[in-house]
Amino acid sequence: MPVLLELVIALLLLTGALFTLIGAIGLVKLTDFYMRLHAPTKATTLGLGAMLIGSMLYFTQLHGELSVHELLIALFLFLTAPVSAHMLAKAALHLRLPTIARTSGRELVADDDASDPRSR
Amino acid sequence: MLTLALQAALTLTAVALLLNVVRLLRGPSLPDRVLALDTLYINALALIILASMLWRTTLHFEAAVLIAAIGFFSTVAVAKFLCRGDIIE
Amino acid sequence: MRTKLLPRPLQSLALLLTWLLLANEFSLGQLLLGALFAVVLPQLVAPFQISAPRVRRLSVLAGLVVRVLGDIVVANLQVARNVLGRNSQLRPAFISLPLDIEHDVAKVMLASIVTLTPGTVSADLSRDRRHLLIHTLTTDDCDTLVRVIKQRYETPLREAFEC
Repeated sequence: MPVLLELVIALLLLTGALFTLIGAIGLVKLTDFYMRLHAPTKATTLGLGAMLIGSMLYFTQLHGELSVHELLIALFLFLTAPVSAHMLAKAALHLRLPTIARTSGRELVADDDASDPRSR
Repeated sequence: MLTLALQAALTLTAVALLLNVVRLLRGPSLPDRVLALDTLYINALALIILASMLWRTTLHFEAAVLIAAIGFFSTVAVAKFLCRGDIIE
Repeated sequence: MRTKLLPRPLQSLALLLTWLLLANEFSLGQLLLGALFAVVLPQLVAPFQISAPRVRRLSVLAGLVVRVLGDIVVANLQVARNVLGRNSQLRPAFISLPLDIEHDVAKVMLASIVTLTPGTVSADLSRDRRHLLIHTLTTDDCDTLVRVIKQRYETPLREAFEC
C-alpha cells in the first residue's frame, strides 16, 4: 500500500476515533441534558463519517475495486442523527427536565408548556 | 503503521463506549439514558467498522447497516413513548 | 406516462442508487434489480407519502449542501472546544427562531441543518409550526444568531423550493 494513502487512512481513523471519544466525554462531563445533547449528535456523527471514509479508501485499495457501501451508512447517520436528537429534546422538554440556572431564554420553554393542553 | 493506527482508534472507541456506559448507569433521567444508548450504538458501529478493517473482511458491513437502522428506529420509538406514553397514534 | 410508471422520479433514482450502494457492485443484474425496486416501491408506499416540495433551483440546493458539509466540520471543532473547555464558560440558552418557510418538508430540512451546524440543536417546533425552539451552548448575541441562520440556511432553502 502506498505510504501516503496509508498515512491518510491512519489520520482519518484517528480523527474519527478522537471525535467519537470527545462526544462520549461531553456526554459524561456536561451539566444538563440539553447541553449533553450537543456532544454526541455532532461529534459522534462526524467521527463515524471520518472512519467510514477511511474504511472506504482502505477496502478500495485492498480489493482493487471501488468500495462505496460505507457511503450508505454515513448518509443514513447524517440523516438520522438530527432526527433522533430532535425527538429526544422534545421528550426532555415534555418531561420538563431541569436546565442549569444560567440558561437564558427559559421563559420560552415555560411558554410552550403553558400552551400545551396536555399539561396542567 | 496502519495496524498501529487501527489499534489506537479501537482503544479510543472502547474508552468512548465505557464513558457512554457511565452516563447510561448514572442517568439521572430517562432521556439521558436513551441518549447514552443512542451514542452507544453509534460507537458500537464504529467498533465494527474498525474491527472489519483489522480483520480485512467486509462481511460485517451488513451487520453495521442493520445496527444503524435498528438503533435509529428504537431511539425514535422510545423518544415518542416518552413524549406521549404511547408509540402508535 | 411519467405519472403512471414513475410518480416520483427523484425518489426512484435515490432508491436505485441506494440499492447499488448496498450491493456494492455495479453490474447489469444489480442494475435491473435496483430498477425493479425503483419502480415498484414508490407505488407500494404511495398511500403513506406526504407531498414533497418541488425543487425549482437545483444549483442553489447543491450550493447549500456543500455549505452545510463545510459547516459540519466547523461545528465539530467548536463542539470539541466547548466539551474540552471549562463547563463554567458555557452560556446555554433557548432561542425561538421564527420560520418564514411554508412547506413542512423544508422545515424538517431546516431543523436538521440547525442541529448539524455550529452551536445549535433544534429542540421543538411550536404548536402553530411558526417557531423553532433552538438550544445553543454559547450565547453571545441571540439576534445575530437568528439572523445568521435565516440568511445562511433558510434563504437558500426558500430559493431552492420557492416556498
